[in-house]
Amino acid sequence: MSAFVDWLSSPVVLAAIWAMVKAVIILLGLVLSAAWMIWLERRLLALWQDRYGPNRIGPFGLGQVIADMIKIFFKEDWTPPFVDKATFILAPLIAMSMMMLGFLFVPITPTWGVSSADLGMLFFFAIGGLAVYAVMLGGWASNSKYSLLGGLRSTAQTISYEVFMGLSLMGVVMQAGTFNLREIVEYQQQNVWFIVPQFIGFCVWSLAAVAVTHRTPFDLPEAESELAAGYHTEYSGMKFGMFFVGEYVGIVMVSGLTVALFFGGWEGPFWTEKIPFVWFAIKCLFFMSSFILLRAALPRPRYDHMMSAAWKVCLPLSLINLLVTGAIVLWNHGA
Amino acid sequence: MELLFYVAAAIALLSTALVVTSPNPVHALLYLVLSLLAVATTFFTLGAPFAGVLQVIVYAGAILVLFVFVVMMLNLGRRTTEQERIWLSPVAAAGPAILATVLLFMLGRVIMPDTTLTAAGLKTITAKDVGIILYGPYLLAVELASMLLLAGLVAAYHLGKSEQ
Repeated sequence: MSAFVDWLSSPVVLAAIWAMVKAVIILLGLVLSAAWMIWLERRLLALWQDRYGPNRIGPFGLGQVIADMIKIFFKEDWTPPFVDKATFILAPLIAMSMMMLGFLFVPITPTWGVSSADLGMLFFFAIGGLAVYAVMLGGWASNSKYSLLGGLRSTAQTISYEVFMGLSLMGVVMQAGTFNLREIVEYQQQNVWFIVPQFIGFCVWSLAAVAVTHRTPFDLPEAESELAAGYHTEYSGMKFGMFFVGEYVGIVMVSGLTVALFFGGWEGPFWTEKIPFVWFAIKCLFFMSSFILLRAALPRPRYDHMMSAAWKVCLPLSLINLLVTGAIVLWNHGA
Repeated sequence: MELLFYVAAAIALLSTALVVTSPNPVHALLYLVLSLLAVATTFFTLGAPFAGVLQVIVYAGAILVLFVFVVMMLNLGRRTTEQERIWLSPVAAAGPAILATVLLFMLGRVIMPDTTLTAAGLKTITAKDVGIILYGPYLLAVELASMLLLAGLVAAYHLGKSEQ
């Protein structure tokens, strides 16, 4: 027994336990802020459309999220008889877990962050690639025309936008010389935020980020006027809830990545050492709100317009950005 | 790391077997995705994280997505599943199974501990190492591969062009 206590109190094990506790706290924070974002979205949309929005439950209507969650937990979780059961259940699990995994590599403050793997950014691309399966399988397993069409659209959209999502970030990787997100943030704090030298990269990345999270104006996979609810038409109860919350987790994750990649992470104009988390949270909140503003401001484009914008504008732009950045980096290194 | 390697390898073997035996094409493809992920994990344990991540991005995240995409569009219903069940009869499977067992035996002979083999995973291969090798000794191969891809791109454009 005492040997076990000794083992448990050794510094290595304590550090491992502390790291796990931190990871769980970050996970909880991520999911809670994603759920809270549903309220934020409804309130902000209402504000911009000259309405009140949900303001009845709790202060400012903050309790609305809790009420909604209770409701969705107790709804009947109905699996239609015509679906492919195993894949039907698998799809929402992938949707939510992949978006949560993406947050693994976002450095929050100098000491907080789940993982600072050397290939962090590549891991994010891998996870983004696997997230496609959620909508695709959801659409196929539902065995309904609306779902299948939504799934097909979404797959084509996500694959196209993933191509230059990767390419747009390669400029950042070249300049910083690493795939490690924490080192990218530190590089920006010593030099300049990447929004300045990599402005084109940022423009392409933000388009791709909106497309990958399936948000308006790129929410054609679930365009309700054409496809009922798209790939999640047949879903109900908590399975639908996982698709729904997964989308918001994706927004928080992508905002965190944008802050880390282009806006210097936790660095602020003053007190960077004292309140790094506050700066990170403020920047994150700004990008989360811009997602909502986009939804409030822009109509949905036609599907073929969206695809040709991807291949004819964004892809050449990111390739040119890649070439120019490469040339400048080589020039500066005197090669 | 060793335990992780064996677990991942076992998952890869099992899911690859399920790819062959699963009668539903989409389920078979999903097992293939799982198998690729497991192989990526073995790459990690062997000290090649870059190859592992690329395996996930390129194979599991892009190529297999296209496979599943096409199979989804074919709308293979219950009839295909039945057909697959009939085709995979024990009699038909016996011949290939015997041949594969012989190969497995040979493989086992090769990886026996007494044979001399270069050990994998003695050092970690980073993205930089891969890049230096690709643009050093293998530059010609990279250029040739890019020519091949360009040819494929032109051909795909030609086939996809609508008739005026």
